[in-house]
Amino acid sequence: MVLSDTELVEFYKTMIRIRLFEEKVQELFRKGELPGFLHLCMGQEAVAVGSTGALLKDDMLLGGHRAHGHAIAKGIPMRKIMAELFAKESGCCKGKGGSMHLSDRDLCLFLTTGIVGSSIPIADGIAFSFKLRGENRVAVTVFGDGANNTGAFHEGINLAALWKLPAVFVCDNNQYAISTHVSRSTPIANVSGRAKAYNIPGVTVDGQDVEAVYEAVKEAVDRARDGNGPSLVECKSARLYGSYAADSQSYRPKEDIEEAARRDPISLLKARLMKSGALKEGDDEMIRKDGVAEVEDAVRYAKESPYPEPEEALRDVYG
Amino acid sequence: MREINISEAIREALGEEMARDENVFVLGEDIGLIGGDFGVTRGLMARFGADRVRDTPISESAILGTAVGSAAMGLRPVAEIMFSDFLGVCMDMLLNQASKIRYMSAGQWTLPMVVRTATGAGTRSSSQHTQSLEAIFMHIPGLQVVMPSTAYDAKGLLKTAIRGNNPVLYLEHKLLYFVKNQVPEEEYLIPFGKADIKRSGDDVTLIATSLMVHRALAAADKLKGQGISVEVIDPRTIAPLDKDTILESVKKTGRVVIVHEAWKKGGFGSEVAAILAEEAFDYLDAPIKRVATPDTPIPFCPILEDSLLPDEEKIVRAVKEISS
Repeated sequence: MVLSDTELVEFYKTMIRIRLFEEKVQELFRKGELPGFLHLCMGQEAVAVGSTGALLKDDMLLGGHRAHGHAIAKGIPMRKIMAELFAKESGCCKGKGGSMHLSDRDLCLFLTTGIVGSSIPIADGIAFSFKLRGENRVAVTVFGDGANNTGAFHEGINLAALWKLPAVFVCDNNQYAISTHVSRSTPIANVSGRAKAYNIPGVTVDGQDVEAVYEAVKEAVDRARDGNGPSLVECKSARLYGSYAADSQSYRPKEDIEEAARRDPISLLKARLMKSGALKEGDDEMIRKDGVAEVEDAVRYAKESPYPEPEEALRDVYG
Repeated sequence: MREINISEAIREALGEEMARDENVFVLGEDIGLIGGDFGVTRGLMARFGADRVRDTPISESAILGTAVGSAAMGLRPVAEIMFSDFLGVCMDMLLNQASKIRYMSAGQWTLPMVVRTATGAGTRSSSQHTQSLEAIFMHIPGLQVVMPSTAYDAKGLLKTAIRGNNPVLYLEHKLLYFVKNQVPEEEYLIPFGKADIKRSGDDVTLIATSLMVHRALAAADKLKGQGISVEVIDPRTIAPLDKDTILESVKKTGRVVIVHEAWKKGGFGSEVAAILAEEAFDYLDAPIKRVATPDTPIPFCPILEDSLLPDEEKIVRAVKEISS
């Protein structure tokens, strides 16, 4: 046990906030109220919260196209994320990024990328700047199992290991790259096994266990901060729904979907906290009620916000 | 005034900017210990140390990823990609990352980074070490594309590139590295989007880039003897492009030939021709001509290679065709 009950309850709250946010977003998307693509992280909240929870405020987080959870966990106000999804001027990227491209410079969330694997070499550059300037900061990037066969993954981790950069590579292995099960893309049992090739630590943890995720990422972050170089942390998770909002998951065995629901990280954590007495049914109701209110406020804010002015389309191309 | 070559001019610009601003660093394959395949970065490692002059593995995506990430944090990386052909290996970093991060984040992240790369044919190295790919990059909003033809321009433009706040692709022609011209000792910068009229003339406008500026100037010399006065314009940066200087010249001469080493199809010349057709149609006294490389990869055989590339004779012929 590395986390106190109080800390775990805080993690639980954040996981609930992410879940409620995404349930609402899913509903809005189905009603046609949100433009664009939507990749939900429901079922993977423990990875988002456990990994982000291991960072200090100044540590830079990089993510991919499935990053609502990371953005919320890094502290970006739900209003700004929701407004971004609604493509509004008050969104965290003024409605120019959308669901796949969230960022908040002040809160150290780098612009999340829509190109699988590309955040890995970029994390190198960020970590390199920390190292060159002697800043005591770490760059952490989260990506899916699909990234582990890209050139960017291998080039990026190799260079980080070679240069002993203060970086942590977190693979949120939800088992599927759209329809392709990791066993059909990757010839080794654990993505963390890739670490051996780069002579860095590689561990695999249960991604449905927020404390296990936190512990592994924290160790890697501390190691990086102490100047001992990067690590690869694989969190085995499972998504509750499709890869994208309209994905029917025809490729996925029924038992697999049922197993994901059985191992819902929020239910697991709730059961544990109830058992230890850290959480009472009444507390849970309050947490959910607060979460619903926050989400509703964010939707109202987003809907009431104006769209960007037409000129915004031409801004920020060059500096 | 002293004369130095383009390789020396680039090295001076790098050294001066690294001395001036500790955020500037260079990285790339073989650039440190041996000073680069073409010797451009020679001496920088000894002068600035291995922290700021970084040899990398052959990992183009990691090189440019490191440039993107470090630039976002306020460093000013100058990454070298040994041959511009290798940009194909790390295209994502230019196409989807460097050119898009500022935009998609609504200006939260700024990427002051330069990618230097050796370009062009004439080196008897077949199709993967000879290409002129500027049109691909000129096409991408968010990137700036620089093509110096002289040591003077090379130095002033590189310093501007390093001090600017945009991703810049800086294309160095291999056959120009050792071409000398006058470069002052004192500091100067050359703004982007400002063409240089390399030679004034009245009858025909020649718009040429990189190595082709020199061939255009040689052609202009020959044509002078035949009574045709040629103006040679070097845009120096093709993104941003100095349309005004081009339009002004064409309005004066009424005749224009565009010369570049890259393929004719979809090239820089196509864009300039389109601009002229849109904005100077009434001033044209003859069809717009383009002298460029035909639609084929570059072959190894020197005779075949030379037959494809624009040269003085082809430029002279094109000018004569539209000068009645």
